[in-house]
Amino acid sequence: MSDVLLSVQDLVVEFPTRKGILTAVDRISFDISRGEVLGVVGESGAGKSMTGSAIIGLIEPPGHIAGGSISLAGERIDNLPRDAMRKVRGKRIGMVFQDPLTSLNPLYTIAEQLIETIRTHMKLSESAARARAIELLDEVGIPAASRRIDDYPHQFSGGMRQRVVIALALCAEPELIIADEPTTALDVSVQSQIIDVLKRLCSEHRTAVMLITHDMGVIAEAADRVAVLYAGRVAEIGPVKDVIKDAKHPYTKGLMGSIPTLMQDSDRLTQIPGSMPRLTDIPPGCAFSPRCPKAFARCFIEQPGCKVHDGRDVACMLYDEGTAL
Amino acid sequence: MLAFIIRRLVQSIVVMLVVSLIAFIMFRFVGDPVDQMVGLETTLEERAKLREQLGLNDPLPVQFWHFVSKAAQGNLGISYQFKRPVLQMIGDRLPATLELSFVSALFALLAGIPMGVYTALRRESILSKLFLTISLIGISLPTFLIGIILIFIFAVHLQWLPSFGRGKVVDLGWWSTGFLTVSGLKALILPSITLGLFQMTLIMRLVRSEMMEVLRTDFIKFARARGLSNRAVHFGHALKNTMVPVITITGLQLGSIIAFAIITETVFQWPGMGLLFLQAVQNVDIPIMAAYLLLIAFLFVTINLIVDLLYVMVDPRIRIEGKEA
Ligand SMILES: Nc1ncnc2c1ncn2[C@@H]1O[C@H](COP(=O)(O)OP(=O)(O)OP(=O)(O)O)[C@@H](O)[C@H]1O
Ligand code: SF4
Ligand SMILES: [Mg+2]
Repeated sequence: MSDVLLSVQDLVVEFPTRKGILTAVDRISFDISRGEVLGVVGESGAGKSMTGSAIIGLIEPPGHIAGGSISLAGERIDNLPRDAMRKVRGKRIGMVFQDPLTSLNPLYTIAEQLIETIRTHMKLSESAARARAIELLDEVGIPAASRRIDDYPHQFSGGMRQRVVIALALCAEPELIIADEPTTALDVSVQSQIIDVLKRLCSEHRTAVMLITHDMGVIAEAADRVAVLYAGRVAEIGPVKDVIKDAKHPYTKGLMGSIPTLMQDSDRLTQIPGSMPRLTDIPPGCAFSPRCPKAFARCFIEQPGCKVHDGRDVACMLYDEGTAL
Repeated sequence: MLAFIIRRLVQSIVVMLVVSLIAFIMFRFVGDPVDQMVGLETTLEERAKLREQLGLNDPLPVQFWHFVSKAAQGNLGISYQFKRPVLQMIGDRLPATLELSFVSALFALLAGIPMGVYTALRRESILSKLFLTISLIGISLPTFLIGIILIFIFAVHLQWLPSFGRGKVVDLGWWSTGFLTVSGLKALILPSITLGLFQMTLIMRLVRSEMMEVLRTDFIKFARARGLSNRAVHFGHALKNTMVPVITITGLQLGSIIAFAIITETVFQWPGMGLLFLQAVQNVDIPIMAAYLLLIAFLFVTINLIVDLLYVMVDPRIRIEGKEA
């Protein structure tokens, strides 16, 4: 784990609501190295997007970071003043959202949107920025980029639009890209192309990628390591191959048991009986305990911490010394 | 694009024909045109001759055709009361109404848009709440009352501004303008505010709600994630997207400003078309009423047409569809 680029430590994100404080992200920790793809999976509401928004500093008020730290290349970025954070966004961290249909402003050509972004972050003339924009479109695989650059977003297909979105995220050669379900809204046939683009960029530029998805198939194909989230907490983090072959956390085991069907119809992660608790009534003790086939008495009282076991981080008390199965 | 324009032109012509039919029916059947034109001492024979001369014995469709073709050439008949060509009379009054409407619309836009933007961006500030309160008053008070209140404060009490008339106007031959003299400009202030207040309120609320809607969209979130400045996000991306509905509504409102000028013109004794129309109603001067109806319809249709074209210019999505149609 050399050359750590992003380090998230004990991140807590809270939303004050009428019924009290809601903890959307609860002491999540993970690292991403340069050139690495970290997959992040979890059911809907597990806190995947919220973690991404926290990193890029765009949590919608009244939500806020209530604890922990986020460091990029060794520097804290979670407590930067607004203007300093703006220089990190887009420049050092690029973001790709789920729906390419709504990510682009319909009233501007993609040239205008690309050039605007490039010139926000780099001191380039209009024409130099335009040349760079065409290069970027080429790089993400848009055919006839120099001709299509003056088109409007609605003149592109969904897959092409997502490539444009990726090009926009790449404008200032960021060190990290956060891709929040970049393929969920696309046709199956286009999904792997987009994943390929991300993978290629990652290896060519040593860009780190945080790849958020519901789809274990995508993770298996693209990620180096995977972080499994459950109810705002980390369940397990480890190299993809190991986690798929030999999951440690009972929740991950359940997920992996469902991979074959996932691959076929890329269904959501709901193969384990029961459903994730709502954030307002997470049980005391282990959040997974009501659904866990291995749960024992302590699980309902004590919260498991994340411990390194066999090269992974696992948050399960089965692996506390002595109790391991 | 051309097909789109032609289609809209045809629609406009149909609308004008329908309105002409109504005007024609008023003209032909509300009272007997011959009775209105001749004195009591005219013999039956002379009346019959006049009837023949005026074409009143022709079949109705033929009469309608004559009416329309004469109207299209600008011949709208002769006022019963003043024995002058109606077109000329309206032409004399038109500048007063158009100048008043223009200044009102300008006031509504120049005050309404910034207030809308401000209240959308600074939702919690005291100034926003003040604007919203004022706008509530603007919407709920009837126009004539606002006019009277303004007259009371600024004309009667403070004696800053005149309470009636256009002030000194400069005659440019075909147009008499109040823009070139101090008293003319001063005379415009109170009537314009009275006439424009409702529209200003409308525009402010429209801009505010559209802006808040747009600020929630994905492409705004993505624009922030690209690191664009608040200014670029708010004014470059958000405001432009609110302009489509604002242009539409403002354009449509311009028609009603001109139509509703009647009330303001009455309150301020403004020598415009509205005042002329009211006098015509009192004297059952059908040609003036019919001509006023036609003119207002014509203005509405023309404005609508222009709005549609502007709309196409702002929104590329419509532009392209139009091209394909
Ligand atoms: N504005 C808000 N107010 C209160 N709670 C919120 C708000 N926005 C999000 N949350 C909560 O934060 C939790 C985490 O949401 P998040 O969007 O990160 O989930 P996710 O893992 O990305 O799910 P999905 O797969 O559906 O995108 C959710 O349970 C949600 O209820
Ligand atoms: S801590 Fe207990 S309940 Fe939680 S996953 Fe482990 S065994 Fe299951
Ligand atoms: Mg999400």
